[in-house]
Amino acid sequence: MRSFTYARADSAADAVGRAGASGTAFVAGGTNLLDLMKADVVHPERLVDISRLPLDRIEDTAEGGLRLGALARNADTAYDERVQTRYPMLSKAILAGASAQLRNMATNGGNLLQRTRCYYFYDTATPCNKREPGSGCGAIGGVNRIHAILGASDQCIAVHPSDLCVALAALEAVVQVTGPEGERSIPFAEFHRLPGDRPEIDTVLRPGDLITAIDLPAKGFAEHSTYLKIRDRASYAFALVSVAAGLEMDGGTVRDARLALGGVAHKPWRDPEAEAALIGKPATPDQFRGAARVLLRDAKGHEHNSFKIELAERAIVRALTEAAERKGAPRP
Amino acid sequence: MAQLKASLRPATAPPPEPIPVTLTVNGVERTLHLAPWTTLLDALRLHLDLTGTKKGCDHGQCGACTVLVDGRRINSCLTLAAMQDGRKVTTIEGLTTGDALHPLQEAFIEHDAFQCGYCTPGQICSAAGLIAEGKASTDDEIRELMSGNLCRCGAYPNIVAAIRQAMAAVATKAEGAP
Repeated sequence: MRSFTYARADSAADAVGRAGASGTAFVAGGTNLLDLMKADVVHPERLVDISRLPLDRIEDTAEGGLRLGALARNADTAYDERVQTRYPMLSKAILAGASAQLRNMATNGGNLLQRTRCYYFYDTATPCNKREPGSGCGAIGGVNRIHAILGASDQCIAVHPSDLCVALAALEAVVQVTGPEGERSIPFAEFHRLPGDRPEIDTVLRPGDLITAIDLPAKGFAEHSTYLKIRDRASYAFALVSVAAGLEMDGGTVRDARLALGGVAHKPWRDPEAEAALIGKPATPDQFRGAARVLLRDAKGHEHNSFKIELAERAIVRALTEAAERKGAPRP
Repeated sequence: MAQLKASLRPATAPPPEPIPVTLTVNGVERTLHLAPWTTLLDALRLHLDLTGTKKGCDHGQCGACTVLVDGRRINSCLTLAAMQDGRKVTTIEGLTTGDALHPLQEAFIEHDAFQCGYCTPGQICSAAGLIAEGKASTDDEIRELMSGNLCRCGAYPNIVAAIRQAMAAVATKAEGAP
C-alpha cells in the first residue's frame, strides 16, 4: 500500500468535517477499500476510520419499516430476526454474497459503495475509464464474460457486484446521508448511476457525504419473495446474474410485484413496466417470461457475455415461480 | 525493491508517525507502534512473531489469515491493526488450553483434515467462529459457511468431517457444563 495517514472520527459531524480535505476516504469494514489500496487501484492520502460511530443499530421506524444502520455488519443484518422475518429476500441476498468472515467485517453502507470487480478495473497495467478517466476500456473488445448487458456505455461495461443492493432496489429502500450541506434522503433507484461518459462516478454521493442508514419501507414481500443467484461455483463467487423477486398474491393472481436484476448492469436493474406487466395477471411461467422480456428488452451482449440474456430470462422465470409458490417466511 | 517502494510515496511528504495500537492477543495485552498501513495480519506475524496465522492471497479470498476478533472470525489481511485497537484477538496459537488441544485441533488430526497444512490455522479459526455463530447444523451448511476458506490440497471432505465432530464435542461439553 502507498503511504497514508490514519485518524478515527468521533462523530458523524467530525467525519464529514475531516472528509473536506482532498484525498480523504472513509474506512468502515475495509474489506473492499484495503483490497483496492493493495492493488493500487485507489490510493487515498488520508483514511478516516468511521467504524466506531454509533450507526450500527437496526431499529423499527415509525412507518412500520426498518432502519438499517450504515455501520451494521452484513452478518448482523442478515441474521437479524426482524430482517429474516419481514424481509427474507434481503437476508437471503446478503448471505449469498462474500464469505462468513467478510460478512462479519463488511458494513451495509460500505456494501453500497463497493467497486466493480471488472478485471480491467483491478489490473493497473490495462486501460480503464473507471480507474483512469480517458484511458480507454479494456473490456470492450476484450474479455467481457462477466460484464453488463444493460445500461452500459461506449466507455464502460462494468457491473455493480453487490447482492444486498439488488434486494434493496426491489424493496425500494431509501439511503440516508449526511454531508457538508446537511442531511438528505436518496431513493435507492437514484443512488447508483449508469456509466455514461463519467464511468469513474458510481453513485450520486458528493465529496464528504456519509451514509448513516438505509431505510426499508414496511412492505417486505415476506410471504412471496426470493433471491436467486447464478454464479460459476456454488458459493463465494460474484453473480453472473441474480434476481430479487417479490410478489403479493391474491390466490393465483399477482396483486403487486417487484423485480430487480444483479450482475447485468452498472446498478441494480429495475423497470416499472416489467413489474406492471405482472400485476393483475395469473402467476404462470408464460406471464413471468413476458415480464422478463420487458425487463431485458434493451439487453445487448458483447463477445463473451451474450449468454447472460437468456440466463437472465430463465432466472427471472425461476425466481418468480419460487416466489409465487413460497408461503410464509423461511425459518430464521 | 527499496527503490520501488520509495517511488510509490510522494517525494515531499514525510512518513506518518507510528500509531500506538493496543491489542489483547491470546489473553496477553500488547502495545505496538505501527505504520498506519500495517494490517492486523502483518502486526501478528511480523511484530508479534505469531506466525501460525498465514498469509495466503493477502486479498481476503483464501481465508488462510482468519483470526477471531472479539470472538468473531474475520480476514486479518483486510483490516488495519489500528482499526482493531483495544480489541481481543485470538489466533491459532491461542486456541489451546495449556497443553490440551482445542477439540477442533484434535478433530483435524483425527480426520486427517489437511495435507500441506498451510490453510489449516485459518480453517480451524474459521471453524471456531462457525461453531460460535451456531448457524450450521448440516454438512451442506458447514460447507456453505466455510466457503471463505480454500484448501488447495482438496482436504474438504475431511475438513467437514472434523468440524462436524468438533461441533458435537463442543455441544456435549456445553450440555455437561454446570
